[in-house]
Amino acid sequence: MTRDEIKDLILEIIKDIDEDADFDTLQSDLPLRDQLDLDSMDFLDIVMELRKRHKLQIPEADYPQLASLTSCVNYLEPLLKNI
Amino acid sequence: MYKNHTPLKPIYNKLTVIRQLTIMDNNQQRIVITGVGLAAPGADNLKDFRAQVLAGNSAIKEIELRYFGSAPAGICTFDETRYRKKRENKRGTRAGCLGVYCAHEALADAALSIDHYERSRIGVYVGLTEHGTVETENEIFNISNYNYDVKYWSHHHNPRTVLNNPAGEITMSLGITGPHYAIGAACAAGNASLIQGVQMLRLDEVDMALVGGISESPGSFGIFASFKAQGALAEAADPRQACRPFDMDRNGIVVSEGACIYVLERLDKALARGARIYGEIAGYCINSDARDFVLPYDKRQAECMQQALKRAGMEPGDIDIINTHATGTKQGDIEECKAIRQVFGEAPSTYINNTKSIIGHAMGAAGVLELAGNLPAFEDHLVHPTINVTNLDPECALPHMVLNTPVQLPSISTILNNSFGMVGINSVIIVNKYEE
Repeated sequence: MTRDEIKDLILEIIKDIDEDADFDTLQSDLPLRDQLDLDSMDFLDIVMELRKRHKLQIPEADYPQLASLTSCVNYLEPLLKNI
Repeated sequence: MYKNHTPLKPIYNKLTVIRQLTIMDNNQQRIVITGVGLAAPGADNLKDFRAQVLAGNSAIKEIELRYFGSAPAGICTFDETRYRKKRENKRGTRAGCLGVYCAHEALADAALSIDHYERSRIGVYVGLTEHGTVETENEIFNISNYNYDVKYWSHHHNPRTVLNNPAGEITMSLGITGPHYAIGAACAAGNASLIQGVQMLRLDEVDMALVGGISESPGSFGIFASFKAQGALAEAADPRQACRPFDMDRNGIVVSEGACIYVLERLDKALARGARIYGEIAGYCINSDARDFVLPYDKRQAECMQQALKRAGMEPGDIDIINTHATGTKQGDIEECKAIRQVFGEAPSTYINNTKSIIGHAMGAAGVLELAGNLPAFEDHLVHPTINVTNLDPECALPHMVLNTPVQLPSISTILNNSFGMVGINSVIIVNKYEE
């Protein structure tokens, strides 16, 4: 997956959680939870969807790596490179 | 001479004050229903529900269930996103979705702002036959797609399946900070929650109570399969004729969704704000058969009705309508009719009907939902019919059964509602038309 595809994947998962999520003003380097109406349970939804869609087992210690869109892409890029 | 009478005046005033205080105190103990919100198979508000039960329009249809196949069932159609977003419905449960809709509708119906009473002094008591069955079945099905790897089990499972879930979802939606919990009482749960609300108001634990019951049971194949295994699941070529209490050809229960939430207030507060009063809780009773897991017992049911009448200070002849629990099973209907016969005998002024014949069995919502369908009788003086009775079972025959068409009476001022459940629980509520 390219970086753009990974970004689209994350946004698609968030859209599934909240169809009203507005990405127009979303800043890639800022925490997603500060900009979108997401809480800890939504965050776990993202982790679960990555598991279901791409068999990714993200250890709890790595959850902070998924804070912003950019950090998500950075973290997931090597894990999804062969997909 | 007249001067001698002057000192009496303060005494008279004092007596008047004492009398007024007594009335005030009494009115604080008198609990009334001032709002109704509901979702039934075929109606999403009381006005439409009343029209439906008077017309005897069944909304039962065939549904497809995972693993099980098709079965007649009652499904509610209502505006699921009127009071909360789709994402909240997705996160919560179907029971929570039904409860939130009905709680908001009940407050709107009562013309009550949520800020009228202090939010910490509002109680939410929700009756449930079961909860978590649907969610657990869904999760097991979900992980079956991943070779039963429990890493795919949802983190939503626990908050969805705790028993207080539907009541808690109501408090979150309305910002209520008073007590909320579930009342588990099988199919008597709706009535039990109403009784809980009455008691909490009388104990001054809360100033307003949202009480009622919710059923999401048609989402569970296991509930259908269990009734089927028990030989108690209804079958019919036309699903609208599947639920047929008291009829010779009845063959079981129709499982339905449903929810109904009442606003309960103390009479003095309701009068002070000029509330419309649907009715006053005059008496109630809950008792136990202490006998069998599934079989009902006429003797305890009769005792339950007798105790409720006693608490209401009434005689059997004072009751205008008995809204029966009968679910359409062979033995259950007969037991209830035996119990009614023991208590009411040939009481000439008591009419008997059944709401399940029209909407199926809404489990934890059944008692309150069925009672709600009868409350407008205080205004229109009509007794809605039991439908689908083409060949009345002689063992169920009672005087003044209202069958297939409504009956108009000169006036209706008392309703007795029966609701019984598995593992031997019986509940009876008596509601009066409000009179000063």
